[in-house]
Amino acid sequence: MDFLNALVALSNFVLVPAIAYGSQLALGALGVTLIYGILRFSNFAHGDTMAFGAMIAVLVTWGLQAAGVSFGPLPTALLALPFAILGCIVLVLVTDRMVYRFYREQKAKPVILVIVSMGVMFIMNGLVRFIIGPDDQRFSDGARFLIRARDFKEWTGLSEGLAIRTSQVITVVVAVAAVAALFWFLNKTRTGKSMRAYSDNEDLALLSGINPERVVMITWILVAALATTAGVLYGLDKSFKPFVYFQLLLPIFASAIVGGLGNPLGAIAGGFIIAFSEVTITYAWKKVLTYLAPENLEPSGLVQFLSTDYKFAVSFVILLIVLLFKPTGLFKGNAV
Amino acid sequence: MTETVKNTLLFVVVGCLILLSGFTQSWNAAILILNMGLISAIMAIGVNLQWGFAGLFNVGVMGFVALGGLAVVLVSTPPTDGAWSAGGYGIVLALLLGAATVVAAVLVVQKMPRGRVQTLVIIAILIAGFFIYRAVFDPNAAAVEAIDPAVAGNLGGLNLPVLLAWPAGGLLAAGAAWLIGKTALGLRSDYLAIATLGIAEIIIAVMKNEDWLARGVKNVYGIPRPAPVVGYEVELQNDPSFIARADWLGLDLVTASTLSVKLGYSLLFLIVLLVLLWMAQMALRSPWGRMMRAIRDNEVAAEAMGKDVTRRHLQIFVLGSAVCGIAGAMMTTLDGQLTPGAYQPLRFTFLVWVMVIVGGSGNNFGSVLGAFLIWFLWVQVEPIGQWLMNLITVGMPDGSALKAHLIESAAHMRLFTMGLILLIVLRFSPRGLIPEK
Repeated sequence: MDFLNALVALSNFVLVPAIAYGSQLALGALGVTLIYGILRFSNFAHGDTMAFGAMIAVLVTWGLQAAGVSFGPLPTALLALPFAILGCIVLVLVTDRMVYRFYREQKAKPVILVIVSMGVMFIMNGLVRFIIGPDDQRFSDGARFLIRARDFKEWTGLSEGLAIRTSQVITVVVAVAAVAALFWFLNKTRTGKSMRAYSDNEDLALLSGINPERVVMITWILVAALATTAGVLYGLDKSFKPFVYFQLLLPIFASAIVGGLGNPLGAIAGGFIIAFSEVTITYAWKKVLTYLAPENLEPSGLVQFLSTDYKFAVSFVILLIVLLFKPTGLFKGNAV
Repeated sequence: MTETVKNTLLFVVVGCLILLSGFTQSWNAAILILNMGLISAIMAIGVNLQWGFAGLFNVGVMGFVALGGLAVVLVSTPPTDGAWSAGGYGIVLALLLGAATVVAAVLVVQKMPRGRVQTLVIIAILIAGFFIYRAVFDPNAAAVEAIDPAVAGNLGGLNLPVLLAWPAGGLLAAGAAWLIGKTALGLRSDYLAIATLGIAEIIIAVMKNEDWLARGVKNVYGIPRPAPVVGYEVELQNDPSFIARADWLGLDLVTASTLSVKLGYSLLFLIVLLVLLWMAQMALRSPWGRMMRAIRDNEVAAEAMGKDVTRRHLQIFVLGSAVCGIAGAMMTTLDGQLTPGAYQPLRFTFLVWVMVIVGGSGNNFGSVLGAFLIWFLWVQVEPIGQWLMNLITVGMPDGSALKAHLIESAAHMRLFTMGLILLIVLRFSPRGLIPEK
């Protein structure tokens, strides 16, 4: 019984939140890694792209709510997601056309593109703050829980409850769908294959008649879709606050690098590695250990390795370890 | 028009802009812009050392600036009574144990043959070290934080003159830079960017949460001023000779004393800026500076000539970060308080980058000019945005939601404007206002 209780507590506080967070990070890291693979620079504006997409979703959600549209038990934001993706696609394509294309034609060094993306980050951040303001915005509605802690206790008779929020389930389902669609696209369609070819060897791809501008455009469209999805899911799960998206940049980059920059599979693995490490290291293990430990040997402290304020430190340390011992990432990325 | 005339004119224009805000707004505001401009100029010199000389992309400026601020607290504030005996030594012991753990792990990595045994030993050392560290650290930190938490709860400082904190801030930042440079330099340039972005966030997190160190988000107030150059307003107002001088200038006493204090800071900052600028100029012209630029322009060729690229990069990365640390210490001295919550990456890292790029990367004078200009704009964009918004919304009916929203949002024009300036300069004049020679 104690073992089951420990297992439930572990799922409730570690596994479920980490899986949801990992899916969000994985979606974010996929965007970073795609840009790196095709456009060959680290996009510092990615966090703010997520914020912009999520912002449109918030605004459309408010509009739909005002019009009395709802999605039953599911959050209305899911209905708003396609509009948000469209808005974000428009934004990144306009940005690419007005900003990045010039440097691509110049064949500028990657680091110049990184600085340019810093300027884009400023502008996007300013836009988001200008339109929706810097404050927390709530936009989730529908049923809050799929399984309530109290109901779970009644069903199972255990003393520990397991609560699963709707947003967590939606996050995982949407993330799996998005990743499946992305991999199908990259591996099965002609356009996806041309993208991978371009990423592997630019000159060879050009010689075989692949239109680079088209590849870049498709990349941006995919990135906008992924970033918006990640941003909306994160916003539903936690809350929408522009500055938080900027701070997500670090765990997202860590995920992408840990998995191997430029490798989509690695980005997903990296996202989950970072999320699980963050949650397990900042979780107070007292509860779980109390169930597992024999009588009289229960831990007296919280058994928390690091306070939650240092969760950035976790992703950072993992990043450093990977950079020190395996700079190309766990899966082979194309960064040297 | 020769280059010197053009550059002098540019400086004169920026000076006039600041004077103009003195005439139209207030002298207090103008001198505040000047003081922060001087500090920003020092930060810009630091970033220019790294980016302009060596092509290193450091986006952790905020962290080094904050470390400088921390040094001010650790050097110049009085020690808290009983804090050292209550737990101060224990904390130091814990930190040493933590450092010893890391060193032991590094030694195992270097000396032991690779393999599964090595990995297991490293993990064992790290886990054991972590638990020993926490066991020593936690009770001691709690003991220190329990001392009079409303006003103290930290170790306090060494009670030394605050001017000594400025070089100390540089040293602290240099130490952090060495650690980060040792791991992230020598990899591709993006990695250094991400590593520095991370270290900056962690430094701020530590300063916010470790109350025993500098009271965390409870802030440290009342940092002593660098007397006698910078006095205290109340003392000046009671000083007969100062009253006479204020009378002679025709200023009322309160204004005269605040202006005098601020100008005292300006004088000190100007001296530091001139010294650092001179040193940076000398470094740029020396064989060392030429070698740095050679490495920046072609790493492979420089390496073929026998230059140790990674070592040189580490050297200049540490130097540049130290300069940022000095600027950070000066800023905390100017504020008279340390507020870890006020460090924002957009303001302290990316804005400095805008300064360097707009001014002209690779040229020290350009960075200084860019710092003054961008700081002036950063301060003035808000009132200008307010004015612009009022102008745009003048036709809208009062009380309309859109009008209220637009006027309220004017404050966020800053980031947008800075991004726009950066992109425009990068596109149309990538070498900046005063290009590298």
